[in-house]
Amino acid sequence: MRIALSAIAHARSGDKGDASNVGLIADSPELYPVIRQEVTPERVKEHFRRLVRGRVERFEVPNLLALNFILHDSLGGGGTESLINDAQGKTHGQGLLELEIEVPEALLPRR
Amino acid sequence: MKTIRIGNGQGFWGDNVDAPVELLRGGPVDYIGMDYLAEVTLSIMMRQKLKNPRLGYATDFIDFIRRVLPELAEKKVRILTNAGGLNPKGCREEIFAVARELGVSGVRVGVVEGDDLLSRLPELVAAGHPLANMDTGEPIAPYLDRMTSANAYLGARPVVEALDGGALIVLCGRITDTALALAPLIHEFGWPSTDWNRLAAGTVAGHILECGAQATGGNFSRFWQVPDLWNVGYPIAEAAEDGAFIITKHPGTGGLVSVDTVSEQLVYEMGDPTAYITPDVIADFTSIQLAQAGPDRVQVSGIEGRPNTPFLKVSASYLAGYKASGQITLSGPRALEKARLAAEIVWKRLERAGYAFDPEHRSEEYLGVGACLPGVFEAPSEPPEVVLRLGVRDPSAERVERFGKEIAPLVTAGPPGVTGFAGGRPKAQPIVAYWPALLAREEVESRIKVSVEEV
Repeated sequence: MRIALSAIAHARSGDKGDASNVGLIADSPELYPVIRQEVTPERVKEHFRRLVRGRVERFEVPNLLALNFILHDSLGGGGTESLINDAQGKTHGQGLLELEIEVPEALLPRR
Repeated sequence: MKTIRIGNGQGFWGDNVDAPVELLRGGPVDYIGMDYLAEVTLSIMMRQKLKNPRLGYATDFIDFIRRVLPELAEKKVRILTNAGGLNPKGCREEIFAVARELGVSGVRVGVVEGDDLLSRLPELVAAGHPLANMDTGEPIAPYLDRMTSANAYLGARPVVEALDGGALIVLCGRITDTALALAPLIHEFGWPSTDWNRLAAGTVAGHILECGAQATGGNFSRFWQVPDLWNVGYPIAEAAEDGAFIITKHPGTGGLVSVDTVSEQLVYEMGDPTAYITPDVIADFTSIQLAQAGPDRVQVSGIEGRPNTPFLKVSASYLAGYKASGQITLSGPRALEKARLAAEIVWKRLERAGYAFDPEHRSEEYLGVGACLPGVFEAPSEPPEVVLRLGVRDPSAERVERFGKEIAPLVTAGPPGVTGFAGGRPKAQPIVAYWPALLAREEVESRIKVSVEEV
């Protein structure tokens, strides 16, 4: 079924120059391969299409059940040059948790 | 097995001023690391030092020392910090003055110097070091006369030297945050400088600690699971000689130390997880194993490292024009429509006055309808209020000041329901831009100076 990442993962984001990074962490080892398959750099770029001007890079950190995304050119110039309210990408992690993906029902947390 | 406890009491300049005091008083701790330097803080300190040669360090740190120095001396809790900024010796003089005032003696304070490269930049460029901007690839030469600071990130070794010399407080300028945690481990356990796995372990401990409460429940996605965040305990690493460590916090404090909170801090500001590069070692974050070892205790182990690189990172900054931003609140019916009209009024009036700003040099954001994450949330069609935030940047301070004069008139000459305009006209602020670069490490390391003096 289709579900927002916030129900099956958590995240934190920060800045690196004019890029932000979002670390996305799966809630269980069973969910990690599903998230790895669904949350591709292309999906993330499309999700943040009005925010990210550059490319999206993805690294795998399986020991932490994590994916690390680098969102290039996403901070309006970065650091002190940027005029935007979130010049450090502090909210990008929370934004990624809004992305909806397909997850087998058996893997979903029980309510 | 012997363990030592290293805490972090300050994640950045502006962090909770009571946190290091609570860390000192709330339970056992042997070392406290404190970070005061963001990427461009040193250029602010440069301006302060130009006005008064005795300044140029983090004055908040002196306030902390004044509160706790007798306790530090009695408990032998050692403080490691980059609060020295551009003037660690001036910072030490001030600490000595405080000690004399409080009647405290026998305190040794170490100073690490050699990170400041600003005056050496022309010589380094002439010697063939491009100091190219790591983000853009541009060489530094054309920017030399605009540079406002340039400092190499030092590693743990000079701090170890100061600790070996008996320093209770070690004052550095630019140094990696991770070195402040790694140095006490090398000092206590005598880890050799090529023991890459253990150096990587100390570095990972430093990364988990360096942002203070971000390891103990702050900024955590599942904030509703965190008890008493108002009273959050700052993180402590209980480290053993073999390189394994436990992340915890003092009993009786709020917050949460779990595999989830520690994982979030590990991915914070992460690049390539297999290569976390510091002056001391390259740590591989894909080797880290986490396990819950009890309530508010997370075991961290298995960490692998590789030899360090022949380069040090240089953090430089330069003047890149001016900027200003201002905001007003628009409330009541058709709030978003009113906010759009207010922005249009500002841009059109500026244009007619001869102060047009192109879209690349201005911003307008509608806070409350999804401005931080455009396209991610569907904006409500009738929000009860919207905050309009406008900003410009320009090489000319005068043009930026002119923009600042256009916000207040909206209160009487704009749409109805405008409020929240306080604090006067937005002033033009200098943009101190960040210039990251690499430099051959021997250029820096041959000139590092460590001195330990006693009051």
